[in-house]
Amino acid sequence: MSVRRPGEWVLLCYRLPREPSRPRISLWRKLKRLGVAQLADGLVALPADARTREQFDWLAEEIIEAAGTAGVWVARPATAAQERDLAAGMAGARAAEYDAIRAEAETAATTSSLGQAGRERTQRRLRAELRRVARRDYFPPPERDQARAAVEALTPTPETATPQEQL
Amino acid sequence: MKWATRPGVHIDRAACAWLIRRHIDRDAEFVFAADPAEVPTNATPFDMRGVELGHHSGDCSFETILRRYELTDPVLWKLAEIVHEADLDDERFDAPEAPGMDVMLRGLSMVCDDDRVLELTGPVFDGLYEYHRRGLMLGHEPA
Repeated sequence: MSVRRPGEWVLLCYRLPREPSRPRISLWRKLKRLGVAQLADGLVALPADARTREQFDWLAEEIIEAAGTAGVWVARPATAAQERDLAAGMAGARAAEYDAIRAEAETAATTSSLGQAGRERTQRRLRAELRRVARRDYFPPPERDQARAAVEALTPTPETATPQEQL
Repeated sequence: MKWATRPGVHIDRAACAWLIRRHIDRDAEFVFAADPAEVPTNATPFDMRGVELGHHSGDCSFETILRRYELTDPVLWKLAEIVHEADLDDERFDAPEAPGMDVMLRGLSMVCDDDRVLELTGPVFDGLYEYHRRGLMLGHEPA
C-alpha cells in the first residue's frame, strides 16, 4: 500500500456565549447533521471540499451574528496516522448510525403483524434516513452496505433482476 | 449594474443570479471573486461571507435577497423553499425537488464554467417558476 499524504481538512473554531441557549442548540444540531469530527471544545473538522468549506463559512457567519467568535481554517494533519484516527472516528460514528438502521429494518422484517404495507412504509422511512446518514458519511464503513441491503430486503425484489446486475 | 459572487457556482448563487436578472436588474452583469476583499468596488456582492446579501438568521442568500428587495411573489417564495433545501438541507421545508436540483447543479459545475452554468440554469429556473405559478393558480399539480 502506498503512503498517502494527509489531505486537506477544513476546521471551524468557535466560541458562543453560554446564554441564550437557542443559538448553541441550533449550532449543535447543524454540526451533528454535517457529521463533523470534534477535535476539541469549540473546534470541529471535516475533509475539505467546496461544499464543506462553504458550510463552515455560513456557520461561522451565524456564530458571529449570535455574538460569538468564529474562524474557518484549512489545514493538513501533520501525520498520516493522525488523519487515519480522525477518519476512523468519523467512520465509527456513521457505522453506529447505519447499524441502528439495519437493526430497525431487521426487526421490521420479522414482525409479521406489520404486513407488507407496514414493511413498505418502514422501508420508505429508512431509505430517507439512509440518505441523511450517507450525506454526512465521508469515509463509508462496511456497515453502510449492510444497512442498505437490510432496508432493500424489506420488500420483495422485482422479477427483473436488480438494477446493479443489469448494468 | 455589476454583481459579484464566489466562483464555483452552485444552487444558491445560480438561483440568486436568476432572481437578480429577472426581478431586480435586467442588465445585471456578474463577476466572480473568491474573497470578499477582491470584489470590485462598483459591484454588489451576494452569497459571500460578511455581506448583506448572504446567509442571515438561517436564511439562504436567495431568501435574503427576497426580503431585502421586498419581493413578496408567493411563487418566488415557493422557489426559495427549494433553493433553501437544496443549499442547506436542514429540513425546514418539504421540497422534494431539492435533492435533484442540488445534484444537477453539482454535476453542471463539473462540466461547465460559471458563466455557462448561469446561462444554462436561467431557463431551468424560468421553467421551475412557471410550473409552480401554474400549480399555485390551479391549486393542484399542473399537467
